[in-house]
Amino acid sequence: MAVILGLLVQLCQMLIVLALAPLLTGYVRKVKAHLLRRQGPPVLQPYRDLLRLVRKEAVVAASASWVFRAAPYLVFGTTWVAAALVPTFATGLLFSYAADVIAIVALLGSARFMLALAGLDVGTSFGGIGSSREMMIASLAEPAMLMAVFTLSLLAGSTQLSSIAASLQGPETGLRISLALALVALVMVAIAENARIPIDNPATHLELTMVHEAMILEYSGRHLALIEAASYLKLLLYLSIISCVFFPWGVAVSGQGFEAYLVGAGMYVVKLAGGGLVLAVFETAIAKMRVFRVPDFLGAALMLGFLAALLLFVSQVK
Amino acid sequence: MDQIALDVAHLFAGGLVLVSFMLLYQDRMSGLVNTFALHALVVSLSVAWQAYIQHAPHLYITASIALLVKAIVIPTALHRIIVRLGIHRTIEPVVGVGQTMLAGIGLVALSIMVMLPITAAAGTLAREDLAFALSVVLLGLLMMISRRNAVSQVIGFMSIENGLILAATGAKGMPLVVEISVAFSILVALIVIGVFLFRIRERFETVDIHELHEHRGEQP
Amino acid sequence: MTGYGAWFVAAVLIIPGVSAALLALLPDDRTTARLNMLAAFLTLACAAVLFVERPAPGRYLIVDDLNVVFIVLSTFVGFTTSVFSASYIAHELEIGRLTPLYLRFYHAMYQILMFGMNLALLSNNIGLMWVAIELATLTTVLMVGIYRTPAALEAAWKYFLLGSVGIALALFGTILVYLAAHATLGEGLDAMAWSALVEHAARFDPALLNLAFVFLLLGYGTKVGLVPLHAWLPDAHAEGPTPISAVLSGLLLNVALFAVLRFKTIMSANPQALAPGPLMVSLGLLSVIFASLMLYRRQDIKRLFAYSSIEHMGIITFAFGMGGPLANFAGLLHMTLHSLTKSAIFFCVGHIAQAKGTQRMPDIRGLTVSHPVLGWGLVLGVVAIAGLPPTGIFMSEFLIITTTFAREPALAVALGLSILVALGALILRLNGLVFGEPHGPSAPSRASYIPVFAHLAIVLAAGVWLPPALVAWFQHVASRLS
Repeated sequence: MAVILGLLVQLCQMLIVLALAPLLTGYVRKVKAHLLRRQGPPVLQPYRDLLRLVRKEAVVAASASWVFRAAPYLVFGTTWVAAALVPTFATGLLFSYAADVIAIVALLGSARFMLALAGLDVGTSFGGIGSSREMMIASLAEPAMLMAVFTLSLLAGSTQLSSIAASLQGPETGLRISLALALVALVMVAIAENARIPIDNPATHLELTMVHEAMILEYSGRHLALIEAASYLKLLLYLSIISCVFFPWGVAVSGQGFEAYLVGAGMYVVKLAGGGLVLAVFETAIAKMRVFRVPDFLGAALMLGFLAALLLFVSQVK
Repeated sequence: MDQIALDVAHLFAGGLVLVSFMLLYQDRMSGLVNTFALHALVVSLSVAWQAYIQHAPHLYITASIALLVKAIVIPTALHRIIVRLGIHRTIEPVVGVGQTMLAGIGLVALSIMVMLPITAAAGTLAREDLAFALSVVLLGLLMMISRRNAVSQVIGFMSIENGLILAATGAKGMPLVVEISVAFSILVALIVIGVFLFRIRERFETVDIHELHEHRGEQP
Repeated sequence: MTGYGAWFVAAVLIIPGVSAALLALLPDDRTTARLNMLAAFLTLACAAVLFVERPAPGRYLIVDDLNVVFIVLSTFVGFTTSVFSASYIAHELEIGRLTPLYLRFYHAMYQILMFGMNLALLSNNIGLMWVAIELATLTTVLMVGIYRTPAALEAAWKYFLLGSVGIALALFGTILVYLAAHATLGEGLDAMAWSALVEHAARFDPALLNLAFVFLLLGYGTKVGLVPLHAWLPDAHAEGPTPISAVLSGLLLNVALFAVLRFKTIMSANPQALAPGPLMVSLGLLSVIFASLMLYRRQDIKRLFAYSSIEHMGIITFAFGMGGPLANFAGLLHMTLHSLTKSAIFFCVGHIAQAKGTQRMPDIRGLTVSHPVLGWGLVLGVVAIAGLPPTGIFMSEFLIITTTFAREPALAVALGLSILVALGALILRLNGLVFGEPHGPSAPSRASYIPVFAHLAIVLAAGVWLPPALVAWFQHVASRLS
């Protein structure tokens, strides 16, 4: 009985994540538009976009191989699994033992790999540009993320997200500069991974400035819908990780009962809204960097990650 | 010692190491001077906090001297000199920025590995401060040797002094010398800025160190 | 009895300070030169009194066996250099290489340098010693760049940077020593007083002391001119005015080595700490070998003798590193004699360079014909510095080599060979300089010969006979050092 309940709660989390992702993207776009004194598209527009795309015919190039056709499903699948594992309203759920940060990084890495292959598959030059830029960003962003994650794991003594969240909630953590540095590093990596300004402009239509969009130029119909859904999920995933680790207040622990879950869910929505707001303000406030400056940006994230880990060593070794 | 007190001291000292890295990263002269002002500000805050938790009021004087002279007067003077001498240029590193940063990380790791086991008998606060202070000193040295510019060498030297101030305040109760060393750092900085930069510029039309190097005496 | 001693100690410090202020204000150059000499003479007189009247060690100042002869030596060489400087600077003013404003600056800096060095020698507080050495370094940096030629600026800048790095490392080492001490001696000035540190050194944390000594050796070793931290030394000697080269070689290197010795005694008092000897021996030997090889290709006369200073500082460091009463005695003797000889050589060289109008050795020939007194003075000086008998330096080098041979024959052979190599280079160069037909410009030199020959007389006398009181004093200090 408890197992069935636990399974139900876990399923709830998976569905909530899927349901909230397009809403988050729509909300961010709305806030950005308002900051620019425009009305902007309605908050529910991404749902409509997905629906529209699903109904359209998927046009596949003649030179495309099975990779091109399989990639959207794989990308969507891995991203959804990763997003579903991150604790949102409650920690310690049924599948949380699998919510290992390194596993999540690996899942996201495979999604990126499939997408890059798909970008190369058709043989157009823009796809090639997108894939190579994406890989360059990934080669710097992944170590930075791992260093930030390493710092958190050192503090918590485990790489499981639930344990990390639980231990960072406790009193013995205190004010640590390593946490601040890890947060900044993680935010920088999140910006890079989600193809946000200043790394990449998600609303651009100029192919030479694209990174993520260039890889998916050839997609249409249901394939494009799956890839768009995957990118919404990725944004949600990063915001969830940051909020559950660094702002763990209000998160329920598994088994605390329905009210605790409701409170947790409410707090989760509030945190997502706050994160989306900060993201929108940040994107509006700065300009996109030129591509050759991106390694500097990510190198800084890597340095911060290193420093965070080193400084943690200083205070751990008593 | 109170945990919050330790954490804040840790925060300031780690922040100083971070600002030293930022100093290594700068490639424009004005950015360098501003980052150095931030460096001096963090040092003075750190010293002020030490004065508070060690109940050593004479350290407040040190903190205010560091703040006034190194965070306000010297950066202003350097900005004026840069404008007057017309050296707005970028600062070229000897090796790439990425390699410099990696070398910096290596130095920080080295200093932590060296200092922590040795100071095992001392208090936690002193140990951390010393490990960070040595990191700042080594990063300042790295800055002095990896930039081809006289102004950046001067700033690298002054950041070494800041690291030494951190070390001296971390060693509890070191009397008088803190004040004296602060006074000396001011003197050195004034001499350097007032005398050398002007002379070098008026003689060489540049402050690029490689130009200076051609006038060194016979080498084997 | 102790009361009077304190007055004289204060006088040794106050006289240079006050005269520096006066010299900065007086405009007339002849008066300032005379005042400079007078101040140096008075300081010497007060320092000499310290042989008999010695105050008890205070928290800041101390007069003990180790530093009393160095104070007298420092003030003596300071006095003779001021005599030399008077005629040298008068000539520089005449040919327009220096302006009267810079002259005031030069004399004021000179007295501040004397003040700094005396304070470093007299200080009991390790922090105060650091401050004094930094002050002395700063003044010499400013004076090295005083000619404002591109080469002088480059030399001064390099000296400033390397010296500052050395000073920073030395301060870090000083902080570490304080950390090691304050666990035992409590916080405050007591944990920084050298006399207290030596007494309680056995109870300090050895790991901290080891790290501290490494920093101190590197930091102060830069100022001593040990290879590989010597890069500032040849340029600074070649480009600065010659009185400054004399004071640098003769005094400032000694003061820096004195600081290293102070800390070496602290280290030796702790049996669990790293033995400081092998470090010093290796650095010293490296310096000797490197410098003696470098002597061969020098073209500038002051640079040649700068490398000779590096070589001799290496020998002295080697001697103190070997340790033991005989080696320490030889080291102390060598420090004194090298100081006197090198400054005498620089006195000669300064006047020679002025007379010939150049510092390049290929352009200087036949000095014994054109300027016989200077030429033969140089011959005597080089013979003394190369270590030929019967000079005092020969005796100290002989002592070092024999005592090293008894313990580490390989090192003694290496040292002896390097000294021979250096001797060869010096004699070769000397031959070209003093013999042969003179050519090139030859201004008559209105040199002051007394300082040169005073120093050389002492050095030559020391080779034959050392006053027993001095020998006893050296032996006493040598035994205290091990």
